[in-house]
Amino acid sequence: MDNIYQKKLIGAQEITGPLLIVEGIQNVGFGEMIEIEQEGMKRLGRVLEVSGDRAVCQVFEGTSGIDREKVRIRFTGTPMKLPVSLEMVGRVFDGVGRPIDGGGEVMAEFERDINGAPLNPDARAYPHENIITGISAIDGITTLIRGQKLPIFSGSGLPHNEIAAQIVNQAKIATKENFNIIFASLGIKADTASFFQRKFEEGGAIDRLITFQNLADSPTIERLITPRCALTAAEYLAFDKGRHVLVILTDLTNYCEALREVSTARGEVPSRKGYPGYLYSDLATLYERTGRAEGKKGSITQLPILTMPNDDITHPIPDLTGYITEGQVVLSRELHQKGIYPPIDILSSLSRLMKDGIGEGQTRKDHPNLYSQLYASYSRVQRIRSLASIIGEDELSETDRRYLKFGEDFEVKFLKQDSREARRIEETLDIGWEVLRDIPESELTRVSKNEIQEFWRK
Amino acid sequence: MGEGILYRVSGPIISTKKTSGIVMNEEVRIGEEGLIGEVIGINAEEATIQVYEDTTGIRPGIKVYGTNKPLSVELGPGLLSQTFDGIQRPLTVIKKEQGIFVKRGAKPPPLSREKEWKVDIQIKEGDIIGPNSIIGEVKETTLVKHRILVPPDAMGKVVEIIESSTYKVNDTICILQDEEGEKRELKLFHSWPVRKKRPFIKRLPPEEILFTGQRVIDSIFPIAKGGVAAIPGGFGTGKTVTQHSLAKWADADIIIYIGCGERGNEMAEVLEEFPKLKDPRSGKSIMERTILIANTSNMPVTARESSIYTGITIGEYFRDMGYDVAIMADSTSRWAEALREISGRMEEMPAERGFPAYLGSRLAEFYERGGRMEVAEGRVGSVSIIGAVSPPGGDFSEPVTTHTKHFIRALWALDTELAYSRHYPAISWTESYSEYFEEIIGWWEREGIDMENLRNRVMGILMEESHLQQIAQLVGERALPEGERLTLKVAELIKEGFLQQNALSKVDAYCSPKKQFRMLKVILDFGETARDLLNEGIPLFKIIELPIFSEIKRMGEDIRNDEIDKFDKLEDKLNKEFEELRKEYG
Ligand SMILES: Nc1ncnc2c1ncn2[C@@H]1O[C@H](COP(=O)(O)OP(=O)(O)OP(=O)(O)O)[C@@H](O)[C@H]1O
Ligand SMILES: [Mg+2]
Repeated sequence: MDNIYQKKLIGAQEITGPLLIVEGIQNVGFGEMIEIEQEGMKRLGRVLEVSGDRAVCQVFEGTSGIDREKVRIRFTGTPMKLPVSLEMVGRVFDGVGRPIDGGGEVMAEFERDINGAPLNPDARAYPHENIITGISAIDGITTLIRGQKLPIFSGSGLPHNEIAAQIVNQAKIATKENFNIIFASLGIKADTASFFQRKFEEGGAIDRLITFQNLADSPTIERLITPRCALTAAEYLAFDKGRHVLVILTDLTNYCEALREVSTARGEVPSRKGYPGYLYSDLATLYERTGRAEGKKGSITQLPILTMPNDDITHPIPDLTGYITEGQVVLSRELHQKGIYPPIDILSSLSRLMKDGIGEGQTRKDHPNLYSQLYASYSRVQRIRSLASIIGEDELSETDRRYLKFGEDFEVKFLKQDSREARRIEETLDIGWEVLRDIPESELTRVSKNEIQEFWRK
Repeated sequence: MGEGILYRVSGPIISTKKTSGIVMNEEVRIGEEGLIGEVIGINAEEATIQVYEDTTGIRPGIKVYGTNKPLSVELGPGLLSQTFDGIQRPLTVIKKEQGIFVKRGAKPPPLSREKEWKVDIQIKEGDIIGPNSIIGEVKETTLVKHRILVPPDAMGKVVEIIESSTYKVNDTICILQDEEGEKRELKLFHSWPVRKKRPFIKRLPPEEILFTGQRVIDSIFPIAKGGVAAIPGGFGTGKTVTQHSLAKWADADIIIYIGCGERGNEMAEVLEEFPKLKDPRSGKSIMERTILIANTSNMPVTARESSIYTGITIGEYFRDMGYDVAIMADSTSRWAEALREISGRMEEMPAERGFPAYLGSRLAEFYERGGRMEVAEGRVGSVSIIGAVSPPGGDFSEPVTTHTKHFIRALWALDTELAYSRHYPAISWTESYSEYFEEIIGWWEREGIDMENLRNRVMGILMEESHLQQIAQLVGERALPEGERLTLKVAELIKEGFLQQNALSKVDAYCSPKKQFRMLKVILDFGETARDLLNEGIPLFKIIELPIFSEIKRMGEDIRNDEIDKFDKLEDKLNKEFEELRKEYG
């Protein structure tokens, strides 16, 4: 390292939004971390651009209270690093990876650049094995695969937090390998954070959990760092220690807003709704840190949660997310209002990797066709419901009326479950067959004769 | 050699001051690590450079060196079955050197310097040869003979030539002497600048279909060899699955698949699946004709920009050998966004939605590199381009989709509604088009199939159906006369029995020309006979209760490509069931 001497500077040239512009620097590199000090106040930041002797730096804690003349800036000469070790499991960290649970510092095994490096596409192994969450709508219809990134598209007021907590508590893998969960909160409210804490304690998930916390009143720009810390820890566990890791990030909408704030302060040309043109690439540097690698036992699975502004799926945040992730789980306000928990709208949800992680030897042999039949039948229900709203239910044919019954049962028996109920995959599939008994056999076009015999008739 | 002093770093874009001897598009090396960059702007003593690797820690004051050559790709034996990044670095070699993550500073040559190739020489001393003349051949894979070409910028008399034997790519195989007496050594490979299209003699009209085995494409919206097509669609509508199907089944000699700013797992899927799949014509593994360019969304955005050019240049090279090449670029929108990001960092004036004003001309340049060409010595080759487009919010009125539509001649528009209802491939029959249908119709005729007639009838029924659906929405389907309801039913058969095709199915992922024809014919025969019966007074519900109705929907899955005679049985069954119904109503 050629930066052994610390480069310290007093005073900044200009402060705009979360940015600090410093002049008179020498030997400062792009992307390096800075430490800011002013009368006992300490903050962290990062160099976004260097130009001659001038650097544009972003301050994670924001710039309010910074005195242009008194502030001292130290350039550290390295990008931000996270100390990683197995001791992290069970611990709680703040948004930049400092322990906040009173348990003292973590003895580092390695220090890792939080920006990571891209997985070599040629070194990836295609994901094939599932994670069972105990939630029928997910396990049965949008099965989560180890190494997949599958976001939850939610809306304000919908129970995505309950679902996330339930997944953390219940998620299981079939094999006896080590399984860890990393939970990173990005700008969520303090009471939501304590809700999660309580749930994790109740569910006994604490022992396998690492938490990174950036709350609503935590510094906004710090949110840009938090998921990177979480994913750095995940890569360590998965690829150094051979563990299966499930990373939950919530709420990505807050992350994107922080990114927009920095971009606006830099005066960049926005793309859609004020978000920068590089939002896709930036999100990809998070979401793509998922997967499996050749010769490595572990895996990283991501379940990012985002609230769609105005429930609009074409808003840039869900839209660009959907363009990067391998499917999506969409929550429905209508089901929520009907009192269905979890209110998962299976028709707009999709797990693109499930085809390789279900069926014989994975879940059960009838799963692929059953899934397809449930999907097709429920989608028929929607058409019949809208027809019924025009011509009236009495005018419907006998078959159509049986479909309506199926629709009710599917929602109440299959989708709906208690937030503490962990269903085994066999239970989920059996309920699927049970609700299909509402419709006549001739309508079961997606399943085989043998499956009807074995599972439907019994 | 030129050099400059680094002055500014903004992400992947850097600029230098006190620059001399460096030219536009020159490849440069940055600092002691020698990071790879390319000059994208020059203004007096200032050069703007895009860096193909992560620039973290790079600082003002370090030196930038010129290399005296433009950013280029290596063209020679050893390209097939390989995976390269956006600037043609061999990812398998990088994996061996660096492990599972790509770190910066890797510079292994794209083509192995050690590997030995058996070269079969086809020229002799004294021959006068020129651009794209064939010097010899290497059997690169069991599927592909790699023709060793004279580079497009070389010509002269052969003054020395090696004997047929085994050589490495860097060995000199031939020495040419031009009219001025200047000598030039040729190796088993040569380099070519990625941003410069390889020259050809003349452009020829397309005349043969690029047969893809995908029914809605081949029968309804076909693409020609040397054609250019685009697949726009919102997320999850099936762009990648369609591109993969084409890469697997299209009857091209060479497939170049560019994963441009998309998912790593999709590349892993190709690498896992392709080696196991057999080409329907040759029975060989399809990986033997495939080259992957993988620059995923989390890899440097600059190399994403160049990946498209790397892919197309390699494509043109195989075209020059006389091959039919098909290039899939997934997704051109990510490439356009890379342009936008780079342009933004250079503080250029943005046009629509922040894209630079030259977006349209760059897209045009890219698609123009597709086509069927006469190359040299009467040899003809083609490059077909199929570009995926990912419009924000699935809205086709955005700049990348609208510009692209100007330069392509076949459009496979993916419809979100169809994808939601799991109608795959979700290619809309109302918004899609192909201008190649007329040009390739002779191909179907040679197969003995009157596709024009079949297609017109099918499209007629589909158009009538969408009209009837609008009415049905107001008055209910039951209020329509029986004849019109029959049209709806026949359209249902066309959609479920013909247009839908499950890319994951073992039986139906690829559909032969004969099978496409027979499927269409059964459906249209059903429609005609059913109409006769209706006219004879037999009610519609009786007709669609016949087992044949649901059997037709399943025929794609039930009948394999090598069991075409089963269609005779299906037709017999159709006639028999209708006959019996007639008798019933006597
Ligand atoms: N022809 C097909 N047969 C079967 N399934 C299909 C087909 N086309 C699409 N699908 C289904 O749709 C899913 C999404 O398709 P795909 O990955 O091609 O979308 P995309 O348009 O490339 O999306 P993105 O823009 O997000 O990359 C697939 O995982 C698969 O489940
Ligand atoms: Mg895709």
